Amino acid sequence: MRAAPPLLEVRDLSVAFAQGGVKRLAVDRVSFRLERGQALALVGESGSGKTVTAQSIVRLLPYPAASHPSGEIFYKGRDVLKMSDAELREMRGAGVTMVFQEPMTSLNPLHAIERQVGEIIALHGGRRAATRARVVELLTEVGIVDPASRLGAYPHQLSGGQRQRVMIAMALANRPDLFIADEPTTALDVTVQAQILALLKALQAKLGMALLFITHDLGVVRKIASDVAVMKEGRIVEAGKVAEVFANPRHEYTRMLLAAEPKGEAPALDKAAREIVKAENLRVWFPIRHGFLRRTVGHVKAVDGVSLVVREGQTLGVVGESGSGKTTLGLAILRLIRSQGTIVYCGRGIDGFSAKQMRPLRREMQIVFQDPYGSLSPRLSVAEIVEEGLIAQKTRINAAERREAVARALADTGLDPATMDRYPHEFSGGQRQRVAIARAMALDPKFVVLDEPTSALDMSVQAQIVDLLRELQKRRALAYLFISHDLKVVRALASEVVVMRRGEVVESGPAREIFAAPKSAYTKALFAAAFAIEADASGVVSQ
Amino acid sequence: MIAPPPAHSGGWLRLSPLNRRRLDNFRRNRRGYWSLWIFLALFAVSLGAELVANDRPLIASYKGELLFPAFVDYPEEKFGGFEAETDYRDPAVADEIAAHGWMIWPPIRFANSTTKLDPPTPFPSPPTWTLSEAQCRAALAAHAGGDAEKIPPGGGACRDLEPMWLGSDANGHDVVARLIYGFRVSVLFAFILAGVSSLVGVFAGAVQGYFGGWLDLILQRVIEIWSSLPQLYILIILSAILTPSFVVLLTILLLFSWVNLVHLVRAEFLRARNFEYVNAARALGLSDAKIIVKHVLPNAMVATLTFLPFIVNASIGTLTTLDFLGLGMPPGSPSLGELLLEGKSNLSAPWLGLSAFAVVAVMLSLLIFIGEAVRDAFDPRKTFA
Repeated sequence: MRAAPPLLEVRDLSVAFAQGGVKRLAVDRVSFRLERGQALALVGESGSGKTVTAQSIVRLLPYPAASHPSGEIFYKGRDVLKMSDAELREMRGAGVTMVFQEPMTSLNPLHAIERQVGEIIALHGGRRAATRARVVELLTEVGIVDPASRLGAYPHQLSGGQRQRVMIAMALANRPDLFIADEPTTALDVTVQAQILALLKALQAKLGMALLFITHDLGVVRKIASDVAVMKEGRIVEAGKVAEVFANPRHEYTRMLLAAEPKGEAPALDKAAREIVKAENLRVWFPIRHGFLRRTVGHVKAVDGVSLVVREGQTLGVVGESGSGKTTLGLAILRLIRSQGTIVYCGRGIDGFSAKQMRPLRREMQIVFQDPYGSLSPRLSVAEIVEEGLIAQKTRINAAERREAVARALADTGLDPATMDRYPHEFSGGQRQRVAIARAMALDPKFVVLDEPTSALDMSVQAQIVDLLRELQKRRALAYLFISHDLKVVRALASEVVVMRRGEVVESGPAREIFAAPKSAYTKALFAAAFAIEADASGVVSQ
Repeated sequence: MIAPPPAHSGGWLRLSPLNRRRLDNFRRNRRGYWSLWIFLALFAVSLGAELVANDRPLIASYKGELLFPAFVDYPEEKFGGFEAETDYRDPAVADEIAAHGWMIWPPIRFANSTTKLDPPTPFPSPPTWTLSEAQCRAALAAHAGGDAEKIPPGGGACRDLEPMWLGSDANGHDVVARLIYGFRVSVLFAFILAGVSSLVGVFAGAVQGYFGGWLDLILQRVIEIWSSLPQLYILIILSAILTPSFVVLLTILLLFSWVNLVHLVRAEFLRARNFEYVNAARALGLSDAKIIVKHVLPNAMVATLTFLPFIVNASIGTLTTLDFLGLGMPPGSPSLGELLLEGKSNLSAPWLGLSAFAVVAVMLSLLIFIGEAVRDAFDPRKTFA
């Protein structure tokens, strides 16, 4: 008897993109196979070709700009690359389904979720009358609380996690044999990520489908996959069982990835160090206005009565889910948005300062933003970006001195000063973040707000940036306010931690104590999600 | 000590890579690129209209003295006449100068409002190259006043007629000269109108978008009311009260055209003021004015530059329309719209309407092609791809 063909077999698949007459190979002779009930994770850093590989399985690439110089993809023994459009449609909605990274843009904002989920059922031959019941059943299956009342909800009324659950419900509507998840949790909070992963795992076990999971996060791989393939520059450099690969990485790159988690420990909290910034009962309330006369009927309390102290040479970590008010807190302390409550900087109360009075202080209080692509103007060269603050703050400095200062700042952040006349688009994400840090450091600040400076970066680059920040802090006795949802990074940097939720401080104290023994239920759930990727069942975290 | 690399010299001519890529994109659009050069050539020629079409010679030599009649007014006294201004086309003057020196004429011996004194046919007279030998002979005979000796014997009578390439209009003005002068006025008018209204529009949009709040709310309502006024009727009323002239028309049209860009620039500013690099600049302690000029304005300029050729086109259209309706420039001023109106009034003289139409059509098409090329060159999907 001949053995049945595997559910999915990819043989020597290459993908090339033509751009301006030049062909660039994005995926280079990749092979793998996937059986029913198996979960394979494709791991790699951004640009490694994992998403392109997944999209070519359902032929979603922008043909004819994309082409396959070599390779075959067999789905149940049939070559996907040779399928007709009708066969492809049949395979896409029913046999192979896909969930994307961004739940914000994957759902149509104009339709209620009942219609969107129902559409899939109808398209692949469901009975009209039974559709509503089936939609409710599916939504229940993916863990939407009280699904019958949520049928009429529009995507914007759902949280990110709920949207991703709806996407999963749509993908599962026709009981696919193969489920492709392309970084489905990257845009979500750690707590929600843990829930979604637990859901996917449970559903996979229940429905017996094959799962192709694409991620850059090795922790996630360990949690969800049985097999792993590590991709680098379009090639699979190592593949095997998760346990084996993680225990004995054979390829250098896998070893590098495994070692990439931020290491090192922050110095212990030193209560004697000078207080640089002290905020007391800080509040940022955004009024909610209603009616014709726009009367204020209530407030969104983005930051509600937060008190904190940042000390010289030390880092205060602010952690919490998205929407907890972390970033708003950082902006309020720098007086970039309006707030109530006292803010003391080096012994001076600055909460009443006008924009003009603040200007000289800007030199000493700096900020580094999350997105190194958005925070650097594409029109200015690196030198112009870094010297901007110098021009604004030190008026009596000539062009030659300015270039020297820029060169020093770039060298301090590990960049080659010879590249200072290049433009941001010529740099990688990590290098751009170094430029952003250099811009802040060029002014010799005393206090720096770091607003998720590592979140937009690849894992291995994150570790480098953390090392850089720690070194700069040691050398210059900087006070950091480090805002992040990534607890691993916070643990590596912060001596003191503030846990925020819905604008309020849930728990605060020395980092070592909190990480060793979190007291509140919320902190415990957050830590479980971040470090062990365990979902919390108690309901303290949002869905 | 870390030595910085030597600073570039070359000043403002050094283009950022982004702008260089845009320039390349623009060049790659052959149609737009060639349109730009053709348009620039036409514009340059029309700017020097006095050197191309003039009823005065460029240089003349009279009794050993070098004269520049195109640039200097010489009284007729100088050549033995008595008028305050010399009419060099007057045969008496021409003969006098020819006898004592020489004249170099521009290629077209008519200015915008030079009246042809000895037309080959009654006005409007057709282009001379369409005349038959018999017509030319009759014309020459009429000019000679019956003096048969002045008519050269044999064929080629038409060669002796003063050429009018596109004929004359109903007032005896040369059409080519009118087109050249009319083109110049239209383009200059449109450039000034588009330039000034963009400046005002960008400023208004920038203030609204950057500061937002009540200022934005009130200005937006003002603009809505303002732009819902019936422009054409107000123009008609105003031009009945004020004597229309270049400056008056420009001012009236400016009153309404500045709102075009406001919404666009405002939207760009609303978007850009929350960019992270704008926030970063704020955190560095830059003043609002500096942030607007250095970080926010360049974003809005892309949209503005993209729209500019189309605004220029619309301005040309408006001016031509007003002239056509008789509400525009004072009679006698060079104007394509007025020529079109004459074409309409003299349907038996198709060279009037056809040539004015051709010039307007070519001018607007060239500008549209340039505009499309500029738009594509600034398209972020193309520049960043």
